[in-house]
Amino acid sequence: MDPFVKLTGVAAPLDRVNVDTDQIIPAVHLKSIERTGFGKHLFEPWRFNANGSPVPDFVLNKPAYSNASVLVAGRNFGCGSSREHAPWALSDYGIKCVIAPSFADIFFSNCFQNGLLPLALPEEQVREILDHATANPGVELTVDLEGQRVWSEDEKISITFEVDSARRHALLNGLDNIGLTLEHEDKISAFESSRGL
Amino acid sequence: MPPQTLFEKIWDAHLVHDEPEQPSIIYIDLHLVHEVTSAQAFDGLRMADRPVRRTDLTIATADHNTPTWELTRPVVDEISIKQLEALTKNCEEFGVTLYDRFSPYQGIVHIIGPDLGYTQPGKTVVCGDSHTATHGALGAFAIGIGTSEVEHVLATQTLRQFKPNTMEVRINGELPAGVSPKDVILGIIGRIGVNGGVGHVIEYTGEAIRSMSMDGRMTVCNMSIEGGARAGMVAPDQTTFDYLRGRRFAPQGKDFDEAVEGWKTLPTDQGAKFDRLVEIESSSLEPFVTWGINPGMVIPVTSRVPDPASYSDPNEREVAERALQYMGLEPDTPMEEVKIDRVFIGACTNARLEDLRAAAEVVKGKKAHPDVYSMVVPGSALIKQQAEEEGLDRIFTDAGFDWRVAGCSMCLGMNPDILEVGQRCASTSNRNFENRQGKGGRTHLVSPAMAAAAGIAGHFVDIREWS
Ligand code: SF4
Repeated sequence: MDPFVKLTGVAAPLDRVNVDTDQIIPAVHLKSIERTGFGKHLFEPWRFNANGSPVPDFVLNKPAYSNASVLVAGRNFGCGSSREHAPWALSDYGIKCVIAPSFADIFFSNCFQNGLLPLALPEEQVREILDHATANPGVELTVDLEGQRVWSEDEKISITFEVDSARRHALLNGLDNIGLTLEHEDKISAFESSRGL
Repeated sequence: MPPQTLFEKIWDAHLVHDEPEQPSIIYIDLHLVHEVTSAQAFDGLRMADRPVRRTDLTIATADHNTPTWELTRPVVDEISIKQLEALTKNCEEFGVTLYDRFSPYQGIVHIIGPDLGYTQPGKTVVCGDSHTATHGALGAFAIGIGTSEVEHVLATQTLRQFKPNTMEVRINGELPAGVSPKDVILGIIGRIGVNGGVGHVIEYTGEAIRSMSMDGRMTVCNMSIEGGARAGMVAPDQTTFDYLRGRRFAPQGKDFDEAVEGWKTLPTDQGAKFDRLVEIESSSLEPFVTWGINPGMVIPVTSRVPDPASYSDPNEREVAERALQYMGLEPDTPMEEVKIDRVFIGACTNARLEDLRAAAEVVKGKKAHPDVYSMVVPGSALIKQQAEEEGLDRIFTDAGFDWRVAGCSMCLGMNPDILEVGQRCASTSNRNFENRQGKGGRTHLVSPAMAAAAGIAGHFVDIREWS
């Protein structure tokens, strides 16, 4: 897995709550058997009209935000399906960090498997970032997982945060979970034999 | 030993490794696999040269992208064909049992697990699908996982998990007539909200749950994820044991009786503590319909579409306005006056035999509304066969409803069954997200009886008044 250490990039405000996985990547695009190529369908229902033309009002279609690498959104981001295609689509588009007041459980853990940081911050702080990114199109944020701080270049935004140590460690080092678990192979085998499995 | 909840007992019995501040490693008893979330996981195994650790605990089926037309007619979508072929090839290469489109055991992954007796009390069950909570109805701890975790389970037969919190949702009293299990879960989500259960495993308790059939309990547990919960569970009891006895892959004979003795120790002990409790009186539950774009936007069928102007919170108001705009609804319209174009009876929420019977009873001897196209899609090939033996298919087709082959169908807009832009559907599925059933489609979640009645009347009706 790719590590996530520190990132500087444009922050796109998506001021909506309960952004669900069917909007992030519709099921019709889940037929691919690859892990890449989903970025072009990211937010398709909101990003494109039925004829395929871009919806000009949608944040990622505005030139200042189109190369965003941080997405800022409302509470319960990523609710719905377990599709890992959601973080794949975000990441394939270039978004490596999503900031929101809260995340759905499965989406949250899927991000950590893909070098993408889902950063949960208190509602007021997310509001502050949303407003700042809206008022200053194209403003860049730096998200530093090592130092656990987010800031804008002008330091109008400066927020410290905490990510739980196990997840942070895994993301900083791009650890392979399967490899880690297989270090306990003896315990798995012992469990199986004790249960007659 | 302090008193424990059902969930805690299963969790403790499956702990392989535990250390402070790290996710626990828990053993997985049953891994269900389907075509959409597995190809990349098998690829990962191949690249790392890892085998599937326990092919005997891994079962695959094809359900999401398979068409529901007759089996003699081939799949035509080329990318779907590739995905189905990848599943077949992966299962062959890694030695995993596959119930493909033509198998008599094929069906929606969350329907076949219990139906074939794979899902049992006390088991840990995972699947690369968020509605895995369905299996919790049998007293299993069942959770949806992403593709990386699918690969992890294939390789290690374990899952890394932080221990979730627990929440009891207690439904007091007997359900009023006309209120179905679907209404119970819609009522719960309306109450706790779409993120009310985040980080929690829900155990559903109370009289209404105890007197519910297994099919009904599965409907309730199915939508746990729509309330944000990690899983949903119901303690096993005689209803559970009677359901499982004699099922194809359940223990048989003396082994079954022994298993039951073990299962009887699973229910939550008296005095065990949950982190949260939500209590709901059955008498407050009614037949519900969703009006918006998530399952928490739900009202009794007898009430009116909400008016965003009545919301005091400006954010909530804006969300409601956007939802109404998407749904093409005017504030204050009586729900019973809302006309529909389509009916979908199916999905892992409501495609079991009891659901089909409930819908058939409503439809029997009546004719579909001429402006509505209705389809009924059984949850598995076995359920289809049983329904046909009972003559349910004839009841539907005589009324002008379409009778289909098992699969996820119009639940998710990934196979040929989709809504057209602007079409309004009374659906027994579990998600009314924008574009879920097809781009621009408008979904209203209801029970099977309510969906069937809407297909006859052409608009929503209060099933309690139906004759
Ligand atoms: S029926 Fe719908 S919710 Fe259930 S597994 Fe299939 S797509 Fe998912």
